[in-house]
Amino acid sequence: MPLLFYISSVIAILATIMVITRYSPVHALLYLVVSFLAIAVIFLSLGAPFAAALEVIIYAGAIMVLFLFVTMMLNLGKQTALQEKEWLQPKVWIGPSLMAFALLAEMIILLLRPESVAMPFAVVTPRQVSMSLYGEYIIAVELVGFLMMTGIVGAAHIGKHKKKNLHRFLQT
Amino acid sequence: MSSIHAHTVLIVAAILFVLGLAGALIRRNVIFMLLSIEIMLNAAGLAFVVAGARWQQPDGQIMYLFILAMAAAEVSVALALVLQIHHQHKTLDIEQLKELKD
Repeated sequence: MPLLFYISSVIAILATIMVITRYSPVHALLYLVVSFLAIAVIFLSLGAPFAAALEVIIYAGAIMVLFLFVTMMLNLGKQTALQEKEWLQPKVWIGPSLMAFALLAEMIILLLRPESVAMPFAVVTPRQVSMSLYGEYIIAVELVGFLMMTGIVGAAHIGKHKKKNLHRFLQT
Repeated sequence: MSSIHAHTVLIVAAILFVLGLAGALIRRNVIFMLLSIEIMLNAAGLAFVVAGARWQQPDGQIMYLFILAMAAAEVSVALALVLQIHHQHKTLDIEQLKELKD
């Protein structure tokens, strides 16, 4: 089990590095799918099979396919990749990434400060999760329902193409 | 190496979060910025699941579920915005979309 975890976390980090350095959006999306699948394996090795299944089905399956469809609708071709290559000069990315990695180093030092705790290997079953979800967290489930409803209405309203057909009396 | 330590998993989550942050800072295309935000949300979910597994409570996975629902709603609205921006401005460059004219 630890070996599974180490291999999949290395794959997740490498695939994420590939995501933020690709020029073509479709390549980045496919690497991100690989990264999400590796994170699903991490969840499985931590004893969270329900979260692993949701990661594969919703993140890698639904959200990434939505991104892929939008990328296909926008018809971003070779010209976009060339423009990205032009934008991604070292003088652009070296400052922000150095600062981000300084923050990462600080966070790792802080995380390594307390003494290490071994993870207990026990599976949190989907039954436990759903009992707790529909028991004590029921109000949060209803709020998430509101949020999803708002998301649907907002996406349908924003994504609508406005027709420019005026009434025949208003046409000049 | 006989068992996974809680440090290791949290460090992996921190690395993924920082990679997403760096991606959001260095890219100029709106689609890549959205992808980086997805990476950051996913790293936060990984940290929640690790905390849930550490104390063997289902709450971590429940928070992960809420993050998942929030990410789905956010992505649908943001992609509709991207389609509309591309329709109106014919570009996805964040530098050219900074004006709030009209």
